[in-house]
Amino acid sequence: MTRYILKRLLQGILTVWFIATATFFAMHAVPGDPLSGDKAMTERIRANLEAKYGLDKPLMTQYGIYLKNIAQGDFGISFTQENRKVNDIIREHFPVSATLGILAILFAGVGGILWGALTALYRNRLPDTIIMFLVILGISVPSFVVAALGQLSMVNLNTFAGFSILPIGGWGTIWHMIVPSMVLGLSTMAYLTRLMRSSMLEIINSDFVRTAKAKGLPATRIFSQHQLRNAILPVITVLGPSIAAITTGGFVVEIIFAIPGLGRYFVEAVQQLDYTVIMGTTVFYGAFLVFMVILVDILYGYVDPRVRVS
Amino acid sequence: MNNRHPRNENEPSFTQSAARQLLMLAAGAVVALVALMWLLQALASLVGSSTTAANAVDVQNNSITIAISTEPPQLNSTLATDASSGMILGHVMEGLLRMSMDDQLEPGIAERWEVTETQAKFWLRDNAKWSDGVAVTAHDFIFAWKTALKPETASEYAFLLYPIKNARAVNEGTIGLDQLGVYAPDDLTLIIDLERPVAFFDKMVTFQTYFPLREDFYLQTAGRYGADAQEMLYTGPFVITSWVHGASLLLERNPYYWDQAQINLSTINVGYITADATARLNFFKDQRIAETVLLAENLQEALKQRWHIRREQDGTLFFLEFNHRPSRSTRNYHLRRAIQLVVDMEELVYKVTKLPGYVPGESLFPAWLPGVEGKFREEFPAPKLQLNHQQALEHLALAKQELGLQDIPPLALLAGDSAVADIQSEWLQAVLKTKLGLEIKIDKQIFKQRLAKMTSGDFDMVLAGWGPDYDDPLTFGDLFASWNLNNRGRYNNPDMDQLVSVAQNSVDAATRMQAFSDIQQLAFDDIVLLPMYERGVTYVIHPKLKNVKRRVIGADVDFTRAYIDPEGV
Repeated sequence: MTRYILKRLLQGILTVWFIATATFFAMHAVPGDPLSGDKAMTERIRANLEAKYGLDKPLMTQYGIYLKNIAQGDFGISFTQENRKVNDIIREHFPVSATLGILAILFAGVGGILWGALTALYRNRLPDTIIMFLVILGISVPSFVVAALGQLSMVNLNTFAGFSILPIGGWGTIWHMIVPSMVLGLSTMAYLTRLMRSSMLEIINSDFVRTAKAKGLPATRIFSQHQLRNAILPVITVLGPSIAAITTGGFVVEIIFAIPGLGRYFVEAVQQLDYTVIMGTTVFYGAFLVFMVILVDILYGYVDPRVRVS
Repeated sequence: MNNRHPRNENEPSFTQSAARQLLMLAAGAVVALVALMWLLQALASLVGSSTTAANAVDVQNNSITIAISTEPPQLNSTLATDASSGMILGHVMEGLLRMSMDDQLEPGIAERWEVTETQAKFWLRDNAKWSDGVAVTAHDFIFAWKTALKPETASEYAFLLYPIKNARAVNEGTIGLDQLGVYAPDDLTLIIDLERPVAFFDKMVTFQTYFPLREDFYLQTAGRYGADAQEMLYTGPFVITSWVHGASLLLERNPYYWDQAQINLSTINVGYITADATARLNFFKDQRIAETVLLAENLQEALKQRWHIRREQDGTLFFLEFNHRPSRSTRNYHLRRAIQLVVDMEELVYKVTKLPGYVPGESLFPAWLPGVEGKFREEFPAPKLQLNHQQALEHLALAKQELGLQDIPPLALLAGDSAVADIQSEWLQAVLKTKLGLEIKIDKQIFKQRLAKMTSGDFDMVLAGWGPDYDDPLTFGDLFASWNLNNRGRYNNPDMDQLVSVAQNSVDAATRMQAFSDIQQLAFDDIVLLPMYERGVTYVIHPKLKNVKRRVIGADVDFTRAYIDPEGV
């Protein structure tokens, strides 16, 4: 097992290096640069700025310096937020995105499993039809629409109630987290519901469930121990990548709900060609994603003994 | 044999008990989630990102909450170039002079001043203090200007200081900082030698690049000046007491500000930072913020809510800039003339984009610019354009003849990636195709790429915009001088250069305005550019909040003189 983990970690590091290199060269190949602004500047000022940010050196030298800095965990200073270290930006804003992401994924996971089990239980009956209809909606409506609608309905609800039931934006208390995390987790929840439903239906017809029934086990035990537990496996598999996707994909939700998360910096940096922030966030998120996938693979081994054996 | 159950047909009792169990699981999950949220909140508060939920207008605490669209990158006045830094700096800093509520110059830290052709002199008031109680002196201004001009600072707005003697040479590193033409004979007198006569120098000192910096404090921050609330000092009516990056800024009244009588609000809470205007409108509707802009699609809603909708020009001119480089067909006068004669900007503004507050462009000089006494455009009206399809076709024929071409090759129209830019470029494409048979290739680029292509000259026409840097027609007037780096189409005409020189070097208002009028005429006659529209801003303000000022230059929106009227409806 240790060997397996070590091997996976090495592969992970290699992947992150590849991501960093590809991003670095792609970014520099894009026309324009982080120093250009609305107002043209003289050659002299431009040269000073380039010297300040080390852009006056040949590309390969920059790449070398940059790799060395990354290895030491230093992502440099942002071009647009001229006084802030990229490390500080990640340190201050990632916890916000992560909090939002964790809540969203929990919401999605718990909701997905419960709704999925429910639809399987009531297959082809009214609850199933209604929930599956909502699931299709949840999967197909993009998050910016859901986020805007969610915010608007909270405004209307607050106006209707005459007082503020839940804040419609900002960050700080758990009340601020509820609506955005639900919005963020909605499509994943819908997806997990479908997954859980089909997995559950497969299990219901499996031999061991029939055997359990034949043995005369109590219904509650069959349901929770034999059906639910086995049906959850595929859900856990997709949970890893979903965590990363949700944590990194909160950009729209962060903008609409005015949440100081990292996703915003990630996307804005690309538009502003803020080299250091692009590199910092990409490498950080890349490493995060790779780590999550490895973690899930390892966890999977504990949940499903069959994986460990093979 | 048919003794098997049909697939997946549970007995009702099984379903019932399983459902009951699911319900219990769900309840357990909800409890666990709530517990986890409390935990997360405790963790999040450790990192220190929190916004205080307050009302848009808080009568009791005499405070307001507002939202801004982007966070200031940093608040070092020598480096700041963007609108949101300008807005915050305008509340927490004050320079030598300031602009009043009716856009007149009034004393700031300087109580008197005098500008001649060669020199400017400011007498500072003795009760102006920094936010730590130390007096503001003339040396603080000298230090700030030298910092901005130092080549290592690489300040993009250093050029605004060029009216000061030797400033340009200092900025380019050819002579030392000590050669800069500024002196302080004593703590409260500031003398500036001017490089050349600058008629509007007193107006320029209201701008952020001219704000003071205190040397001892600046050096102590070790390059982080303006990065955080406690990393800067203030001279203005408010101080920043808390700055949570990406989330909020708290502006509280500055007890050391000299002109307390003018200030009414105790606190301005910048509670939200989001670029989404619709989200800000939702905050406004929910009574979270006291002011917000309206987009075209929000107008209906605003009317339905019976809000008082306000409109103003934001001072920015948008235009179609031609590439005048010799290799381009747009260098041909007749081709540009043909285009000018068929493009109806009124149609664009009133029928196509239909954005509230926008007005069709008529001149290189927007309508708000000051003239000799009143407004420039009232004193020197823009030449009137008569659209004429027939003449346009004649000019097009001439253009083909002069260029020696059977057909004009497809013209590259460089445009931004916004929805508005899409509509405009498609409209232009359609108009030029149907009226003149010209092929237009739309080259849609994000901001930085568009700039790169503009600078390298990789376009025939470009949808460009220009916002003013100071309160004088020269901020637009010198755009097409051959030496101006912002002249991206490389328009090069000795007549234009001559007129710009006159406008730059004269101090006589009438002479200067005549030169601007000639520039206006030349830009029209030689079709240097096609003015498209002047941008407008449509916004709403909380009915209890009064005396909010919108500015073309400096802090926009300006809440420094605002007050709360508890009776306001």
